[in-house]
Amino acid sequence: MKRTLPLLIAAVTGFVLIGAHFVPYTQSWGEEAMIWFDILAAIAFILGGANLVRLNLQKISDRRAGWGYAAVTVIAFFLTLVVGMAKMGVHPSAQFPQFAWSGDYVQEGSSFWFIYQYAFYPLGATMFALLACFIASAAFRAFRAKNTEAIILLSTAFIVLVGRTYAGTALTGWMPEALQFDNLTGTIMNVFNLAGNRAITIGIGLGVVSLSLKILLGVDRSYLGTEE
Amino acid sequence: MSRSGWIWTALMVVAGIYLLVRLATGGMGLVYVQDQPVEVQEPGQESWSRAVGVDPKRQGEAGVRVSWSRTVGTWLAALFTLCILSFLYGDNPLYKLAEAVFVGVSAGYWMVVGFWTGIVQNLFSKLAPDLIRSSLLPGLPESQDQELIYLFPLLLSVLMLMRLSPVGGWISRWALAFFIGATAGIRLLGYLQSDFLRQIQSTILPLVVVGSQGFDFSASLQNLTIVVGVLSCLTYFFFSIEHKGVVGGVSRLGIWFLMITFGAGFGYTVMGRIALMAQRLEFLADDWLWVIDPASRRLGM
Repeated sequence: MKRTLPLLIAAVTGFVLIGAHFVPYTQSWGEEAMIWFDILAAIAFILGGANLVRLNLQKISDRRAGWGYAAVTVIAFFLTLVVGMAKMGVHPSAQFPQFAWSGDYVQEGSSFWFIYQYAFYPLGATMFALLACFIASAAFRAFRAKNTEAIILLSTAFIVLVGRTYAGTALTGWMPEALQFDNLTGTIMNVFNLAGNRAITIGIGLGVVSLSLKILLGVDRSYLGTEE
Repeated sequence: MSRSGWIWTALMVVAGIYLLVRLATGGMGLVYVQDQPVEVQEPGQESWSRAVGVDPKRQGEAGVRVSWSRTVGTWLAALFTLCILSFLYGDNPLYKLAEAVFVGVSAGYWMVVGFWTGIVQNLFSKLAPDLIRSSLLPGLPESQDQELIYLFPLLLSVLMLMRLSPVGGWISRWALAFFIGATAGIRLLGYLQSDFLRQIQSTILPLVVVGSQGFDFSASLQNLTIVVGVLSCLTYFFFSIEHKGVVGGVSRLGIWFLMITFGAGFGYTVMGRIALMAQRLEFLADDWLWVIDPASRRLGM
């Protein structure tokens, strides 16, 4: 019941959807399953939010190190949740003004839009921007032109980096057209990079197919966890 | 206090004084909006106006005013940006505070998005279309009938939430199994078609390209490079044969192609991140501090 039934559910669902693809009457089942998939993904967000609250409340109640930050996380979470669910500051849609709840939940000027615009977006974008410094620093320490492969990788990265800037165009303007960095970047991206990426994509395709078959046939059961 | 602490305190005080002076002179961080009436499409209904952001140089025009809520928002965004950037100096309480806010806000944000787009639009509108049409989604088509088959994903959702229960959490595996099985089934065919067959199809290229002006050397060389590149990379991925002799040589060529791919990928990733960093710095200098004006939004002020 705990392990066999889930294996059966996964196998039946997967093989039915594969079979449905080859029958004209049932070809839409895949699209339908994707909608169900979206519903379950939304439920997974609820699960994730509940877990976040549980863990942080535990940290606060145990007065563990950094419990103040946990409190900030919980407050920020509930504030965003209440504001978004209650559609605070959202006007009804212009087409249906008689329906108070008809406005878009991300309407410009609403409280949820405010949180997105002035907290979620700047925080997320700066987090990712920060990676620029760490990638550069890690690359400086890790990359050494010790052999042919490393030299190729470094040269390509340099050409692509410089070739997409004005400096690349200005510095190599005197060279033959094909060797100017902006053109060279184009050749690298459209020919060499395309070939490498295509081979990687074919490999990924085969990997996904074999992993899917392993899951459907019950060979790979890692998604069930280890506890009995 | 350590010497580093003194230096940072002094820097903070100087920055604070600078900001206060700039703010007192009305020279930074203000957001201007213009109220525009919303044209209600239902006669007899009360209309309202919505604030639309405008360039600061339009201050003084009719209907243009400072939006204090958006001004506070811009300051908040700037302070959050600085808090995150402070991590470059080292882990510190300001960074931790911003990180805690980000974790909470992003969890709440995605939950709200999941609720309105996943649960309301995909589930409730199918199970109770009349109720949803008369309350949350009046634009729901009249042709949308009740679809009781959606009781099944509702059941799966309830099973999934059982994971939060102290007992019977294992029941959530049933929903998870459906989720995994459906993904495996759909992805198996999808990847076979798009990532495997289509990529092979795109690689079958003419090695001798003849255009309207005869033999096209450049296009032929390009196609040859792509075909050789894909085949040599695939040879490198093929581990059932020992990479010796001809196979070894071809797989080495494949490694070189892969190195070019990784180098290009690395370059692009760094460029993307630097662009993001430039965007954030531009926000600080343009929208907040008003020390640059690349889009001429404050021209003549």
